[in-house]
This record gives sequence, C-alpha cells and structure tokens, in this order.
Amino acid sequence: MGLLNRLDDPIQGDGIILGTVEDLLNWGRSKSDWYLQFGLACCAIEFMALNAAHFDMMRFGAIPRTSPRQADFIIVSGTVTLKMADRIKTLYEQMSEPRYVMSMGSCANTGGPYWEHGYHVVKGVDRLIPVDVYVPGCPPRPEAFFEGLVKLQKMISTQAIFRKREKMSAEDLAALELRNKKIQEYNERAAQENIEFTNAKHVGYSRYSLDFLNKGEQS
Amino acid sequence: MTANEIYEKLKSEFGDEIISLTEDAANEAFIVVKPQRIVEICLVLRDDPNFKFDYMANLTGMDYPNNLTVVYHLYSIPLNHRIVLKVELNKENPSVESVEKVWKTANWHEREAYDMFGIIFENHPFLVRILTPYDWEGHPLRKDYKEPETYHGVKIAY
Amino acid sequence: MTEKRIIDVDYSQVDTERMRINMGPQHPSTHGVLRLEVEVDGEIVTDVVPHIGYLHRCFEKACEKMSYPQVIPFIDRMDYIASMNNELPYVVGMEKLMGINVPDRIQLIRMAFAELNRIANHQLAVATFGLDAGAFTPFLYLFRDREMILNLFEKASGGRLLYNYFWIGGLMHDVPPTFKQECLNIISTVRKTNEEVMNLLIGNSIFIERTINVGILPADVAVNFGVSGPVLRGSGLNYDLRRSEPYLLYDKFDFDVVVGKGEMGTLGDCWDRNIVRMREMEESCKIIEQIIANFPDESSDVRALVPRRVKPPKGEIYSKAENPKGELGFYIVSDGTVNPYRMRARATSFVNLSVLPEISKGYMIADLIMILGSLDIVLGEIDR
Repeated sequence: MGLLNRLDDPIQGDGIILGTVEDLLNWGRSKSDWYLQFGLACCAIEFMALNAAHFDMMRFGAIPRTSPRQADFIIVSGTVTLKMADRIKTLYEQMSEPRYVMSMGSCANTGGPYWEHGYHVVKGVDRLIPVDVYVPGCPPRPEAFFEGLVKLQKMISTQAIFRKREKMSAEDLAALELRNKKIQEYNERAAQENIEFTNAKHVGYSRYSLDFLNKGEQS
Repeated sequence: MTANEIYEKLKSEFGDEIISLTEDAANEAFIVVKPQRIVEICLVLRDDPNFKFDYMANLTGMDYPNNLTVVYHLYSIPLNHRIVLKVELNKENPSVESVEKVWKTANWHEREAYDMFGIIFENHPFLVRILTPYDWEGHPLRKDYKEPETYHGVKIAY
Repeated sequence: MTEKRIIDVDYSQVDTERMRINMGPQHPSTHGVLRLEVEVDGEIVTDVVPHIGYLHRCFEKACEKMSYPQVIPFIDRMDYIASMNNELPYVVGMEKLMGINVPDRIQLIRMAFAELNRIANHQLAVATFGLDAGAFTPFLYLFRDREMILNLFEKASGGRLLYNYFWIGGLMHDVPPTFKQECLNIISTVRKTNEEVMNLLIGNSIFIERTINVGILPADVAVNFGVSGPVLRGSGLNYDLRRSEPYLLYDKFDFDVVVGKGEMGTLGDCWDRNIVRMREMEESCKIIEQIIANFPDESSDVRALVPRRVKPPKGEIYSKAENPKGELGFYIVSDGTVNPYRMRARATSFVNLSVLPEISKGYMIADLIMILGSLDIVLGEIDR
C-alpha cells in the first residue's frame, strides 16, 4: 500500500481510506515476516553479519525467532546433509501455515561444491521441502540476500486471498500452480513416510529417542 | 632428540616389535611398529623423560593397496620434537589396541578412523560412528567404497 | 562470589530422576548444527555427549578426487571464519613438498592477511561469547569493525568470506594499492573498539560472575586431550606454533604469546580463555604494524612461482600452523600423481570440542552454554 512511506498528505477528508481487506492483510504479512534462526554452515556467518549493525536486516521487518512455531519462513543457510535431513523436515512441519522457505547459497540450492563427491550431502534442499526463493552465491553477498528477501515479500504481498484465480495473470497462475504442486507432492510424501514410520517395529518412539535406544544397546 | 635416536632407543627396549625407520628428504621421519604392543610403546614414549611425547597431534587411518595403516603423530611440548608412528594392519581383520588410555584425545580420532576406514580399536570405551549417521553402511574413505543410492528415501547422487 | 547456602532437604522424600535432554542440532547457542545430549540432575549437568557430523561434507574423500590447487576452495569452507589461516598450512606444506621457496614479500602478505583474519576470528568469537552471556551491544560494535577487515579481503581476493587467495607458490592477486593505509586504519579502529569492549563486556561484573570459576580446564588435562590454541593457552601453558616451530617469517617478528593467568578466578576458566583472545588481537596488531613498517613499496609478480602443473614427488608431510583456534594440521600423502593419495585434516575444533564432556560436569545448564562458547568451535571444521 505504501501509505506509510509518504510524507505529504495524499488523502483529504476524515482519514477514511478505501481499500480491500486483502491488501491490508497482505501488507501486514509481507512487512513483518519473521524467520526461523537456523544457521547451517558458512552462509550462517554471512547471515550473522546481515543481522549486525552494518547491514541491519531488521529494517525489512524480519525478526529472528528461535522457535519454528513463531516463524513465517525458514532460511536454509548452508549445506544440508543426510544426517540433518530428518531434522529439517521436522522443523518445516512444526511451522504453521502459511509458511515459506528460502534457500540461501549454492549448497542449499543444488549441493554447491559438494555436488559430485559429497556422499553425505543432500543435493539441494528442494529434495526435502518445497522452496519458494533461491538465493545463489557461495556464500551470497548480503545484497543478494536482500534481493531474495524483497522477492519473497513481493510474493507474499501479491498473493491473492479472495477470488484468487480471477485476478491473477497467466504467469502468476502458472507459478502458483507450480508451488501448489510442490507442496502437494511434499504432503503426499510426508503422509506416506508417516505411515511407513508408524508401521515399522519402533512404534511409539520418535526418531530422536531411537538414537538413545541405539546408544543404550551399544553401551 | 632426532628420529634416529628415538628409533635406536625404542629398538633396544622392544626389539623385534619395532620394524623400520624411514628418514629421507621426501618424508618426515616415521617408525613402523608391530600392532601387538602398541600401548606399551606409547606409554614409554609418553612417560620416558627422554621422550616426553605428551601431546598427540593427530591419529588417522590410511588405505594402502596391501594394508590398512594407522598413523600416530606425536609431539612433545617440553622437548619440542616430533615423531610419526605407523602400524600396519591386514585388510581382513584390521584391529589394534586403543591408545585412549594413553592420550585421551585418541578417543575421537579413533572413532573417526573406525567410521571412515572400519579399523577396530580394541578396548575403546565407546567405539561408534562419529561423523556419518549411526545406521550408515560402509566406510567412506576406503578406496573401494561405493556410495549408496539412497539414504532414508533421499536420493544421494546429483 | 556469593556464599553457598545450605538448604536442608530430606532427599529421600524427593522424587528425582536423571533426565536426558537434547540440545540442538537447531539451537541458537550451539554455534551451528551441534547436538548435545545432556544428562541433568535437576539443573546440574551430570553428563554431556556431543553428537557431531550434522555438517559432514566429505572433505577428505572429495580431496582424493581433486587436483592439488582445487583442494584450496574446499579448505576455505572448513573453518569458514578464518579461511586465510586455513589455507596457510596447506600451501606451506605443499611448497615444502615441492621445494618452492617463496620470496619474502609474498610471505609478508600472507602473514599480514593471516593476522588480520585472526583478528576477525577473535572478534567474532568474543562477540558470540558475549551473546551467549546475554550482551548484545558488543556484538554490534565488533561486527561493525569486522566489516573493515572483510572489505580489505574483498579488494584483494574478491570474496567476503571464502577467499582462495593463497596459492601454491604465490598468491591469487597482488594486494590493492591502498593496502598499507587500510591496515593502519584497521589497527587503530580495532584498538579503539577493543578498549570499549574491555570496559563494556570483559570488565562487566555480570560477565565476570558468569564466566569465572566455570569450566576449569587444568593444563595437564588440556595437553592430554590434545587441545591447542587459546583454549590451551588459557590454561596457562605457553605453547604457540608460531614460536615453537616458526613458519613463514614469524621468528623475525616481535610478539608475545598470551597465556591465561587466572586473574579473576581460577586458572583455566572461561574468563581466561576469553581474555587470551582479546589480548591476542593486540599482539596481531603489533605484528601487522611491523609488517607494514618492513613492507617493500615496489610490487612484484605474485604468480611468478605458481607451478603450471602441481605434481609433487612421492612423499608425505604433516604440515601445521597456528590457526586462531589452535593447531591446524594437514597430513598430505602424495603418490606422485596430480591428485593427493590421502588428505587428512587435523581439525582444531574437533579436538577442542572433545574436552567438553570433561570440563562441563557438575555445572549448571546455563554454564554449559558459556563453556561451549568459550571453546570457540566451528562446526564446518569439526565435521569437515
């Protein structure tokens, strides 16, 4: 909406503004997206620099949260390994809808320098969870990250809530279809895995407690 | 102490257990010993006032075509000298006594050597995988290692 | 220290059991993807089992498939806070293996960049240690100054964080023309900020109360666990590879090895380890000043000695250098081809972290965070 940015007084009258609820909701959502603080590798150091005085990420309204329950989007900043894969899925599932994923850096996009010989590296976090914005770079410059953040904000602010399909252009519709398809695929896969997991012999234990059990057997 | 002096002194104490000393320009000096009495040798190296190798810098495995080798890099902080020990193990049954009770730092190094090469360290307090997941199969740093297709349903190859 | 109050409780009536809780791998205080399995008795930590490997990126296996110069970017990504320092033992070792003698000017540049990166690393270490203790302001100050160092690195190498700057036999580019002036600016800023941080954080009574007598690491235990760097020197032991086995031109320079003295509490506690880092920044500034004073004005071709094809003779070498975090060693085994037969990284943080279960028993959970922060670990290096 951009009203708060203007210093002159564009609206004459008694302060009544006409607009849609959709715009208001989207404006609120896009300008205060909180992210899950989740550093993985080298990109996390660049990410710390983003939060510090020089780049000051909070001016975009992005505030770090340490719990996935309070976060709007998750920034996967770094190399995702197979040992970490289950944890990332768990974190993503703990976030409440609507949730978004930003993949930061080459490693999270495609496996980065480890794409060929990394036997323990997931070649792209989009094999685990659906990704909305990819930021390239190894590690991305802070400016590149901001571009990605602005892209995400734009995506959120133009999301149609009411009468979605009628108002969207063909390109946006295709993009939305793709996103929905990715999320649907993810949900189906997650449900399938859940069934497999509960049918396995370790019923009643989470994957975390399984590690404890393994440890108890060995020691 | 130079490597030669260390070798002579070990040789006089342990005899046949000490196999050879290699000292040339291309390599750092290393001593090859038999695996049977490695803990006693290490205890002497640590406690003898002439040696005082109180600091284990590194322990690692090696996969040579004929054998698996454990390499010990030792350093003495008070006397400022270094030595490298090598123990050669056969590939069928690679096991050697753990030196964890000599240098505590060997604990994690040995776990890593087990994880990466499958070398068994006997009497190790907690010999489980350290870097790869606990249910990982195979030992990645062996030369004949083939990476698995999938792990927990995630495709590994690019 | 406050006096201990003895509360009379009949423990036979209290239903207690030891609890095992997980800290991490997603936890803001574990400095990355470290998972600690903590056994607690109430609030007291009785056992800690670190689970590592959540960032295992197959460095050693990948190196066996790479040519020697291709390995350097992977080394950058090990300890990504101090990449310049990481490259140093590798290139020095390779030059020794191949018999290349690098001219003094390049060695001076390498030393200057290594020391600048040491400052940047310690700034980050102190800043995050402050964050662990709940102090946010020093974090902002130290990161503001760290940007100056990163800017200089960017001018020289093109990268803010990962440089690939030291090459076998030389450097990637010559230093920028403003190199000397920028170094002097950095030193004066670092000194000014360090003074502020000393007043703001290190001398703060809350910070002192939280860090003294916590996580005491005696020197003999430290040596037995193989720890090195500020963690070892914080226990009062004078061991620095730059002094004991000098590489580059460190033997010609005048600097002190900082050791902990137990000024506030017991020797070898968290405060000591932290103050060693603060004072090492000053020593690094001293080294850089001497380098600038001796730095030749005329430029030279920094790639003159870079070999076209890196093919070292058959042999092996254990090359080590004093990383900001401690002794970083590379065990390079060459079989005479263009690929290393085996490349082993003796990671500093890997060894330093292994002492955590030993020194954190019997303290509170909040103290465990401080002990972990004082070890200054980087998960990229631990897991490789």
